Amino acid sequence: MKRHLLALSLGIFASFPAIGSADQPGLEVEQAWSRASMGNDRPGVAYMVVRNTGSETRTLIGAKTDIAMMPQIHRTTTGASGVSQMAPAGDIEIQPGAEIALAPGGLHIMLMKLTQPLIEGESYGLTLLFKNGHDFEVSVPILSPTARNANP
Amino acid sequence: MKLKYITRILWAAVAISGIGLLALTIMKPYLFPDKVIFQSAITADFELTDQNGQILRDEDFADQWMLVFFGYTNCPDVCPTTIAEMAAVMDGLGDKQSMVQPIMITIDPERDTPGVLAEYLGFFSPGFVGLTGSPEQIAATSKTFQIFYAKETEPDAPDGYGMAHTSHIYLFGPDGKYIRFYRYGTTAEAILKDLSNRI
Repeated sequence: MKRHLLALSLGIFASFPAIGSADQPGLEVEQAWSRASMGNDRPGVAYMVVRNTGSETRTLIGAKTDIAMMPQIHRTTTGASGVSQMAPAGDIEIQPGAEIALAPGGLHIMLMKLTQPLIEGESYGLTLLFKNGHDFEVSVPILSPTARNANP
Repeated sequence: MKLKYITRILWAAVAISGIGLLALTIMKPYLFPDKVIFQSAITADFELTDQNGQILRDEDFADQWMLVFFGYTNCPDVCPTTIAEMAAVMDGLGDKQSMVQPIMITIDPERDTPGVLAEYLGFFSPGFVGLTGSPEQIAATSKTFQIFYAKETEPDAPDGYGMAHTSHIYLFGPDGKYIRFYRYGTTAEAILKDLSNRI
């Protein structure tokens, strides 16, 4: 009886990784961070690195979160003459083995219509939306208003 | 006959120098990113209102180095990032901090009133001077600094617009003279290294 119980528990535990990967295959998200916001009248921002560790191309099409009503992936571009502007980034393909970096001055998630202020020291949940419907949840820590990168 | 040849040679010379000038103007940001070649000199010539409602002129910063950037408070990425880098520069200056004045000039004066700037800079970067004014004053200031700015439609952004704008950080010496700009993305460490050598 004991041996059967042991085998059963081992079998259940061994299947955990498989269950995890069946829901959200082949993606890693690292170095997610946001700056604290001044109130919630102005858009917040989120940055992160998204890595495709699977064998199929993943297409990032957007994000959703409780903390903002209109999160949208934008891209800042700065021209040779020094003018910076932003535009919606559209769909972003991530090839197998590749990664994209959402970082200051480039791709970023513009958290428009914040539902509450982003408070330093807290974190919030954000879901990355993918074309194939396999969305990915990220917990984003909120750093200081003048944080420069993911490492406080 | 001879005159015809001379005329043709002269026109060819005009064409060549015209092409050369065009090429140099196009390539200038790549060849000489920090130098101003064909424009009239950039000057810090302003009379604007600070976040406390006081009128400030460039003369009021005599004997101080000025680090000036243009932005707006509804900017989610570029401007907070610029402030963060400039704050890191100021920290790095240590006891030389008092020699340098960081200044934010808004290019969105309709929304960024003195009170708004006071709250914003108080939250992000106390010690920064924020300058605003009427749209005409900001337009005039942008000409002396030779910076570009324009509204961009963004339906989901506050008030439905954002701003495209020059994102350099400009350095002026204690004599008020323009020295150079730091392109957006230049790290605080690189700016500090350059600035420390000059102060």
